[in-house]
Amino acid sequence: MAILQLASLSKSFGAVTVADALTYEVQQGQALGVIGPNGAGKTSMFNLITGTLAPDSGRVVFDGRDVTGLGAAARSRLGIARSFQVPQPFSHLTVFENAMVAATQAAGFWGREAEMLCLDVLERTGLMDKANRRAGGLTLLDRKRLELTRALCARPRLLLLDEIAGGLTEAECQSLVETIRDIHASGVSIIWIEHVVHALLAVVDRLVVIDYGRKIGEGDPRAVMASREVQEIYLGIEADA
Amino acid sequence: MDWLNAIVQGTLLGGLYALFAAGLSLIFGVMRLVNIAHGDLIVLAAYLGLSTSIALGMHPLLVLVAVVPAMAGMGYVLQRGVLNRTLGDDILPPLLVTFGLSVIVQNALLEIYTADPRKMDAGGLETASVDLGGLTLGVLPVLTFAVAVGVIAGLQWVFYRTALGRAFRAVSDNQDIAQIMGLNKAHVFGLAMALSLAVVAVAGIFLGIRTSFDPSIGGGRLIFGFEAVIIGGLGNLWGTLAGGVILGVAQTVGAAIDPGWQLLAGHLVFLLILAIRPNGLFPRMDG
Repeated sequence: MAILQLASLSKSFGAVTVADALTYEVQQGQALGVIGPNGAGKTSMFNLITGTLAPDSGRVVFDGRDVTGLGAAARSRLGIARSFQVPQPFSHLTVFENAMVAATQAAGFWGREAEMLCLDVLERTGLMDKANRRAGGLTLLDRKRLELTRALCARPRLLLLDEIAGGLTEAECQSLVETIRDIHASGVSIIWIEHVVHALLAVVDRLVVIDYGRKIGEGDPRAVMASREVQEIYLGIEADA
Repeated sequence: MDWLNAIVQGTLLGGLYALFAAGLSLIFGVMRLVNIAHGDLIVLAAYLGLSTSIALGMHPLLVLVAVVPAMAGMGYVLQRGVLNRTLGDDILPPLLVTFGLSVIVQNALLEIYTADPRKMDAGGLETASVDLGGLTLGVLPVLTFAVAVGVIAGLQWVFYRTALGRAFRAVSDNQDIAQIMGLNKAHVFGLAMALSLAVVAVAGIFLGIRTSFDPSIGGGRLIFGFEAVIIGGLGNLWGTLAGGVILGVAQTVGAAIDPGWQLLAGHLVFLLILAIRPNGLFPRMDG
């Protein structure tokens, strides 16, 4: 059964269209990869799913329930969590406090239970030794780890990852892929926007290609990567060449 | 001994100013809202205390148990019903709306209570004093100062040791991300205003026991509160207490030089500190 359905979702800012009748489904437990050129509307699509952005038309259905009219806070409590391409920690709070906000507010845990969840996630994401540092002072890699930590502390049923592998070294990227695989294996559905294609293909079961807010391809990751549309976008091959 | 006396009395007066300022500082910190009606709400709390005290025949300090929750509830409703709608990228709407609120509160009080100065009867508490080797300390000012320290310590504890405080700080840090993490911004702001007006209630009662009051004095209390916050540094609650004390001492020392200089001396010290240290004496360390 589908955990998320986007039904003809459209959104424009004046002449700029960020979503154009966008329609696709993510099945329960699936990991969906999303690729597309810069400015294709991938991050806006996440904003529409989390409720930060309201669509002009169309519907967002999460776990069989129409959530189009719900705000971001309500959707996060239903189990939608995301990480940001440009990390946005609560910079005056400590790493642990950042995690605790997600664990208490989004996941609904309290007291000791919330603390145990946060400690467990911090251990997994490798931030344990920096738990009491102020988030504003972290390096880029640690900020990315904190993005993932916060998203996981929200105990999501659907995890949205926005270019989390970008800017990492090969080794860092490898360990990140392992972590995301573990999360996926634990039953969390994932939508992952990523330019680092080999990291993406190591995890996802399906791939969607987006350009100008439209879905221009969907299917088995390797078949989609080999398709003419994707080759055109990424390699600049002319349609009739 | 005159100087020492002036400094001690000023310090204790600073406790009252810190009570004026703490609620102002809190909501500015959480939602960047400057509440122009803050002083009038203090006066409103004083009148609420007066009426409750007379109606129930209770000691003014005892009516705190009624006035504090009443003001807190009013704060929550005010924030969710009115002030949340004014918050956005533009800083002007909240200023205009709270200014309007100030006018409304002042005129409503004038209509109900007239312009005659009133005072709460605390059964001799206001004149009781203890003698400490030539230094005479009023029991009420000492109590006010102790309560101010307690309120500041309590707010500090809420901010840095509780889930509510973490929510306040998270929303203050980044409203949009806080929403995505499941925090209902409108509700968190409502709670912040409720806490602010709970402190306002305490300030209003102590003001009303200490001096006579009438509906027009809100603006002056707002200025003292502002000055204490700015002197201490925005976002630092203990700094706000220090700011209140500095303002209080400046006023009493000014008055010791010449009775007409009380208010002027306070404003001059405020301007001096603003000129030398525009961020206040103790700006938030992690700012």
